[in-house]
Amino acid sequence: MTEKISQETVIKVSRLARLSLSPEQAEKMTAQLAGMLEHFRDIDALDLAGVEPMTQPYPIKNVLREDVEVESLNREEVLGQAPAAESGRFRVPPTIGFDV
Amino acid sequence: MKKLVEIVAAVGGGSLTATSVLEEHLDRIKAREGEIHAFNLVTAEQARTDAAKIDADIKAGKSAGPLAGVPIALKDNMCTRGIETTCSSKILQGWKPPYDATVVGKLRAAGAVVVGKTNLDEFAMGSSTENSAFGPTKNPLDVSRVPGGSSGGSAAAVSAGFAAASLGSDTGGSIRQPAALCGVVGVKPTYGTVSRYGLVAFASSLDQIGPFTQDVRDAATLLEVIAGHDPLDSTSIPQPAASLVSVLDHGVKGMRIGRVTDLPEGCEPDVLARLEAAFDAMRDAGATIVDVKLPSLQYCLTAYYLIAPAEASSNLARYDGVRYGNRVDAPDLNAMYAATRESGFGEEVKRRIMLGTYALSAGYFDAYYGKALKVRRLIADDFASAYAKVDAILTPTSPSVAFKFGSKTDNPLAMYLCDVFTIPTNLAGHPAMSVPFGLGADSMPVGIQVLATTLGEQSMFKVAAELERAS
Amino acid sequence: MSESSILPNGWQLVVGLEVHVELATKTKMFSASANRFGDEPNTNIDPVTLGLPGALPVLNKHAIELAMRIGLALNCKIQPCTFHRKNYFYPDLPKAYQITQYDHPLNVDGYLMLPGDVRIGIERAHLEEDTGKSTHFGGSSGRIHGSDYSLLDYNRAGVPLVEIVSRPDIRTSEQARQYVAELRAILLAVGASDAKMEEGSMRCDVNVSVHKPGTPFGTRCEIKNVNSIRSVGRAIDYEARRQVDLIEGGGVVRQETRHWDDASGRTETLRTKEDADDYRYFLEPDLVPLAPEQSWIDRVRLALPPLPAARREMLAELCGVDKNGESAIVVVERGQDDYVRDVVANGGDPRRSIVYVQQAFAELGPKPKVPAKDLAALTILERDAKVTSTQAKTLLTDLIEAGGGDVAAMATKRGFEALDTSALEAMVDAAIAAEPGAWKKYCDGEEKALGALVGAIMKASKGKADGKAVTALLQKKAKA
Repeated sequence: MTEKISQETVIKVSRLARLSLSPEQAEKMTAQLAGMLEHFRDIDALDLAGVEPMTQPYPIKNVLREDVEVESLNREEVLGQAPAAESGRFRVPPTIGFDV
Repeated sequence: MKKLVEIVAAVGGGSLTATSVLEEHLDRIKAREGEIHAFNLVTAEQARTDAAKIDADIKAGKSAGPLAGVPIALKDNMCTRGIETTCSSKILQGWKPPYDATVVGKLRAAGAVVVGKTNLDEFAMGSSTENSAFGPTKNPLDVSRVPGGSSGGSAAAVSAGFAAASLGSDTGGSIRQPAALCGVVGVKPTYGTVSRYGLVAFASSLDQIGPFTQDVRDAATLLEVIAGHDPLDSTSIPQPAASLVSVLDHGVKGMRIGRVTDLPEGCEPDVLARLEAAFDAMRDAGATIVDVKLPSLQYCLTAYYLIAPAEASSNLARYDGVRYGNRVDAPDLNAMYAATRESGFGEEVKRRIMLGTYALSAGYFDAYYGKALKVRRLIADDFASAYAKVDAILTPTSPSVAFKFGSKTDNPLAMYLCDVFTIPTNLAGHPAMSVPFGLGADSMPVGIQVLATTLGEQSMFKVAAELERAS
Repeated sequence: MSESSILPNGWQLVVGLEVHVELATKTKMFSASANRFGDEPNTNIDPVTLGLPGALPVLNKHAIELAMRIGLALNCKIQPCTFHRKNYFYPDLPKAYQITQYDHPLNVDGYLMLPGDVRIGIERAHLEEDTGKSTHFGGSSGRIHGSDYSLLDYNRAGVPLVEIVSRPDIRTSEQARQYVAELRAILLAVGASDAKMEEGSMRCDVNVSVHKPGTPFGTRCEIKNVNSIRSVGRAIDYEARRQVDLIEGGGVVRQETRHWDDASGRTETLRTKEDADDYRYFLEPDLVPLAPEQSWIDRVRLALPPLPAARREMLAELCGVDKNGESAIVVVERGQDDYVRDVVANGGDPRRSIVYVQQAFAELGPKPKVPAKDLAALTILERDAKVTSTQAKTLLTDLIEAGGGDVAAMATKRGFEALDTSALEAMVDAAIAAEPGAWKKYCDGEEKALGALVGAIMKASKGKADGKAVTALLQKKAKA
């Protein structure tokens, strides 16, 4: 399949997933993931050429709804559940280091 | 303990009030919940209000619903408007959804009384409820043992008589395995049968809601209420709910029941002995036992533990401390994301997010996720060949009876092996259910799993009812 | 042709455009909350919009239909398609993934024709959902970097978008402007979007590279925040120059995303390829495939209104003007071509009808109040030299102000009586007599001398003479 997962890859993946791992956690995670991935090598033996990937357990298509409006959720109820809100909006800390 | 159908008949017929039924269950909760911890939240006051309303309606001559007065517990990953829904995760602790899941609406409309939200492995990831951020649930039959998972709280609630029935969700066995370990009936319907709208997603292409009950008839009754097309769920099968109660007394005479000759290894002998007894019982009842091969079954665990974490890594990305749930403050956005998710998720959830993110990431997609989807197809094809020859298949639900706390927590892979018999049907999208069938080691219950093909619930329930009669 | 098409030293510009268009639906792409611009923050929200746990998407049928209209208008093939998740974290993206189309988009392989029969390939026009809106507060600049905090409004989150991706077939900034203008006209014509660049319902990302013909394309930069048709041209011109100067100075163009600053007229680095996210695209398991039946596609095709190019051509032919000329473009863009046809049908002079409407009807919308027959009458007054062109302009203003009326009566009221031919001829003869030097020079072929003669006649007529008629008369006499 592929080479053994490295700690460097684990740290890169943790950044993608927005999980911060301490060096100790990263080491433990690397060992655990490597163990699992080793186990998952069993499917490498299968001949999967020409096998269509299965993404949908039950084949349905063209599920559509009419363009009819329903009432909005109550803003105060929703903002009441937010960690931080201000002036009818959700508040977040400033963006540093990357951008839209 | 009263069965669901008995309660419906008594409350609807006026011989019992919903309130008295509720109080009986609340008394049992009061007596044992401290020890069991089946619930994250008991909604006693709301339940009393709801029960009183049902009683008043019946007194006023309004027709009683198909679940009139039935105390029901909900796995704490189904949204309930204004009632805390946590998924047993710190990241969602305190969150009160502004909407009800479709199943919750159906239950209420049918006259059920929701008694509380049950404990689970965090975000339904686990097989023992040991991954709950709020502490494990104990098996009511032996509190030194796990109730199974992830819907351990829902299974324990029915087993302990805290509720006449409960709902769980099943992604890789999360209804059937705890049902087996707690000695109750648990059903995972065909994917698309019960709406997922309002079920907090773990792995969208595998998740399905289903019932826990004391017996097969109760399960059929409850499933008939919660099944059916929902326009809010694009993957909901556009068909009305199947009639299930009507087939329970049909027997299995003439049915062909499959025995898997290449079942994965690792099943305990006490469990295998009960499986043989189940085949004997079916033969005695007039069914034919037919050998079937499912050669891809051995690859299910790999396919599942790539597909489910991949979907989960995406489904759980929304817990970012912005719109709901908990936040750990930090001076900038990315630091806030990382701090929030680091402290909000438990070890197992993080492990699966990492695994899933990795399986989807550039350079690894084809080797892992892409390949797993093809293996999934092989499994579905194997089942299709088998169901050309048989109407249903019997396997163990779990490789062993309920195990002791802590016995598998150090080795994630050992825990994953608990699901080896239940995972295949989730991958195929088929229905399966666990029926208690005698006792195994240490006098703990053993569950036999009945499998059927897509929308084969009627065959499945016929076999399950026969098993129950023979147990 | 703009400057940039003449890059120095044989450099050739290569441009491709990605245009995002918000669809004119009542509700969002995947849920029933309102798609409405300008409402109070967070008042068009529902579980799906906010990405609440447990919420599930369901496709908006009307959004699909509008996307098909766009595809058909751009000569695309409509095909069975699927939806993917594009995973990345940003506060304006509620689920931390955007549902979009990836390897199987709805519309593929189309084209758009620019004036002069320039064909711009359309690679795809796919469906996706819009993000919410962040506003940055505090700090010195109010810009994203250095702000103290941001506030999020999710009204826009989940609004249906079609992203129209052109092939890199555009070679000048003028073509790019024409492409955006034509695309906008098409979107308006088929009713798919209100396409207001200033409100963000139509947004352009521009991919720019330069190369020497005969060599492979250069490394491209993507320019964002280009919010008007004029900016499209300016941004391309600036960026092309920057790349050429960079290469000729011995540098290398890096693949990056750049931000167009309209005030300074420059592009700046936003992020480079190295920090590109890994979007981990995978098939959206909460949605099922979409395969519009042929009968549905045919219904949409049949219901498509005539497109701007066809309308311009029809109008140009009717009025005897250039189909790529400004009057045809402007009148069709304003949707006033039916009105012009009506004026001509009422006997209006065709060329004058279109020119009057182009020049004076900018604010009057597709159905001007002025009755077509009244405008027709005015064009005839001018054509028959009953009034001068200057007088006609005044009357046109009167007509618009009054919302219609009898133009002949209006002319009389204003005292506009065109000189009859004999009176005019007398004035011309008088002027020739008064300016014999100028007349001689004009007859000898010195065109400049004409001005003095015409000026004298106009003065003598107190503005009643028609300049064109006077010139024509002088020409006739000079040739005689």
